Amino acid sequence: MRRSSWTSLGLGVAVVTLLAVLPLLAIQVPGVLPGPTYTPGALQLLALCMVYATLALSYNMLLGTGGMLSFGHALYFGGGAYGLGIVLERTDLSLWPAVALTLLGALAVALVTGAVSLRVSGIPFAMVTLAFAQAGSVLVRRNPDGLTGGDEGLSLDTEHVPAALVGVVHTRNLYWLALAVVVIAYLAVLWVDRSRVGHVAAASRENELRVRSLGLQPYTAKLFVFVVGGAVASLAGVLYLLLQSGTVPRSVGADLTVTVLVMVVLGGVGSRWGAIVGGVIYTLLNQRLTLLAGSDAIESLPTVLHVPLSEPMFILGALFIAVVLFMPGGIAGAARSGFGRGRSRSGATVLEAADDQGEQRVLEPQP
Amino acid sequence: MSTFVLLLATGLGLGALYFLVASGLSLIYGLMHVLNFAHGSFLTLGAFLGWAVAQRMDPSSWTGFVASVLVGALVGALVATLTELLLIRPLYDRHIEQVLVTVGLSLATVALFEGIWGTDADFIRGPAWLDETTGVLGARIPNDRFLIIAVAVLVLVAIVVFLRRTRYGMIIRAGVENRAMVTALGIDVRRAFTLVFAIGGAAAGLGGVLASHYFGYVSPTLGGSLLIFAFIVTVIGGLGSLTGAAVASVLVALLQQFANYYAGGTGDFVIVLALAVVLLVRPAGILGKVAA
Amino acid sequence: MSGPILSVQHLSASVAGQQVVEDVSFTVPATGITAVLGRNGVGKTSTLKAVMGLYQRRGEITLAGERIDGLPTHRVVQRGVGYVPEDREVFSRLTVAENLRLAERQPEPRRELVERLFPDLVARRDQMAGTLSGGQQQMVALARALLNDNRLLLVDEPTKGLAPLIVDQVADALEAASETVPILLVEQNLDVVRRLAGDAVVIAGGRVVHAAPAAALLADEALTQRLLGVHAETHDDKGAAR
Ligand SMILES: Nc1ncnc2c1ncn2[C@@H]1O[C@H](COP(=O)(O)OP(=O)(O)O)[C@@H](O)[C@H]1O
Ligand SMILES: [Mg+2]
Repeated sequence: MRRSSWTSLGLGVAVVTLLAVLPLLAIQVPGVLPGPTYTPGALQLLALCMVYATLALSYNMLLGTGGMLSFGHALYFGGGAYGLGIVLERTDLSLWPAVALTLLGALAVALVTGAVSLRVSGIPFAMVTLAFAQAGSVLVRRNPDGLTGGDEGLSLDTEHVPAALVGVVHTRNLYWLALAVVVIAYLAVLWVDRSRVGHVAAASRENELRVRSLGLQPYTAKLFVFVVGGAVASLAGVLYLLLQSGTVPRSVGADLTVTVLVMVVLGGVGSRWGAIVGGVIYTLLNQRLTLLAGSDAIESLPTVLHVPLSEPMFILGALFIAVVLFMPGGIAGAARSGFGRGRSRSGATVLEAADDQGEQRVLEPQP
Repeated sequence: MSTFVLLLATGLGLGALYFLVASGLSLIYGLMHVLNFAHGSFLTLGAFLGWAVAQRMDPSSWTGFVASVLVGALVGALVATLTELLLIRPLYDRHIEQVLVTVGLSLATVALFEGIWGTDADFIRGPAWLDETTGVLGARIPNDRFLIIAVAVLVLVAIVVFLRRTRYGMIIRAGVENRAMVTALGIDVRRAFTLVFAIGGAAAGLGGVLASHYFGYVSPTLGGSLLIFAFIVTVIGGLGSLTGAAVASVLVALLQQFANYYAGGTGDFVIVLALAVVLLVRPAGILGKVAA
Repeated sequence: MSGPILSVQHLSASVAGQQVVEDVSFTVPATGITAVLGRNGVGKTSTLKAVMGLYQRRGEITLAGERIDGLPTHRVVQRGVGYVPEDREVFSRLTVAENLRLAERQPEPRRELVERLFPDLVARRDQMAGTLSGGQQQMVALARALLNDNRLLLVDEPTKGLAPLIVDQVADALEAASETVPILLVEQNLDVVRRLAGDAVVIAGGRVVHAAPAAALLADEALTQRLLGVHAETHDDKGAAR
């Protein structure tokens, strides 16, 4: 290993260790956390950050590694959440076998939908994945056989869940579980990025023709990345169900996919730690903006300001547009150029690769 | 029989709405390779402002209705033009980033609409004739279906005539096929970009007003819910193909209606299934990449 | 005559992040036909596209003394550069007439000239260009450039894949055009080069390796073979046999 990878390994271990002991400390972060770090409120929020960080990591693998712009990623997250909820409610399996069954199911769904979607690439791929997720979302709202609870959502049946993971007093256990899930997701993504398949997927992102001429199968490699991404997303969904003690249709909807996209672009496409940071910042920001929206300060503003500012999604959407227009590399890109560390690919090049029209791109009139 | 005719008319009406959204999407994609997620917001805004104008005048009068339709189309064209000029053009030819910007715009605008008009649906009404029915082969067809279908056919004809008969139409058709070569003939293709956005926006805004009569309400999510089906329509019809969009709009809407009625509300799944089948058999869609 | 119509200095170009032209310099005199020669894949097409602004470019390009390297493609064309691309690139779903109308940039386009040079196209004006034969498509592509009073034409392999009779017809058209406008011509058919070209620029590995009168180059068989490969010899033999 190179020296810099030792440094990042050390840094990673330090960060994880710090996060692991956080529930034992009483650190106040006013304006970010609702209370000291040992309180259930703060731990709940931090754990939610980790759920979304996991989801963002999985999405970054699709977009960053595989060059696949999916608009249906929520399907696998929601699949994890609803899948586990349904299995726990309808079977006598205990938690861990139920989780395993759920992940297997999600894997199968990702395999089938991925196999069809990857028949096309670029924008058509985005539309097709969106359609699949939409079908999932419709299914959940339809509430077949009362399985999903329709618009009300599904609450966690705790009968077979270990007591240590249930209730506010055990939030710190859920927090540790969430931390473990992020670490597992990170290692899974790292493993894919470093594996031969990951290299083929990444190479076919840059130049599909060249990969074909080497006799490799870009389709299979991309499908593999897609399926692993789906599995990690459903793991995040499983965690979400446990943490929130339930799930709602929003967790399968196109809105969630778009939210994840915002996280990844905010963090910097193609950067693993960028995805984590993006997920965390988005979650915190969303939380804060929602509180801000209801505050008196906002309420007292004139309508022109008060209406947009009381809509967190308006601010986040506008922020997202600004990032795409003015900070194409996201946070990771800004940090990289801030530290003056050149890297072979920027967020913008990675995005270009997700574009099936990329090879035909020629220079035309510039604005 | 009468049920069949009713389903047919309702399906055609829905197909007409899909077409009004999908035509713009398809033209924009064909020429610029941009998937416009904000298209639903053009529709929603057209519907809201159209309704606002109708309310100011007299919603039950034809003048009010016609004014609302015109305002809807105008508003759609205007916001679409602004979107192209301010957000799409600066990201020239970076298609994925352009898509991302439209995603952000759709997020922000839907939230904004919710802030302004609330999250609940506003129920609307129009001239009394629209709510009445006409008997066709024993079925009572709501009159608004006929109107929506007629308007969509008019829009289709107008766009085809524009594409076939005007110089800009020619530029757009040529650009869908080979944009670089259009510029190599000395033509600034960016004007055509703004134009397809304006046309698509007008069709969407118009569709918004008609959709609000079809469904009986306006809400901030009106556009988004139609947009997803319009996406499916454009993929099935073949991205960039106007005729494909027209044919697929009708097919998808009919399939959806009939499956909903005869197969226990499975319309949405049948459509996604149809999409999967089309992709497996013909990844380029029914009509591939043909303009008009 | 005055200075060169086109001067290319230190031109580099890249496409899809890959450098395809490296530090190319040459000039095109204000009259006659200048040939660009080189084996397949050395970067002739890319050089032309870079001049047109169709590929990302660096370096200095001047047209009649004015810089055009910062201009987008349509502005380069509006300055009076006509482009006939490799493989024709006609709009296959537009009719012949539409293809031509799209190319007209001036109030009084040279329709009579085009009709005189390519009578075939007149009869087929309402036919979809995609259904034309290769030769007819090439005529559409040439006609698009000849409709306007250009200051320079860039013509890329106009005889590629055409039957001998059509090759002659295309060469005739180029010869006629060259009386009023200078032409930069990429051409693999050395008979055509010998017949038409005054100067020749040879590109290899993305760089100019030779620039001299075309006749002198083609007379030197060893040099021709070294620079252009075995193709040269066969053409050369055929040329000699005539
Ligand atoms: N659009 C493109 N994408 C990738 N590589 C290209 C592209 N255009 C040209 N090249 C590469 O640039 C080199 C020069 O190509 P070209 O200019 O077409 O050569 P020539 O016209 O001399 O045969 C070739 O190696 C070719 O593979
Ligand atoms: Mg070439």
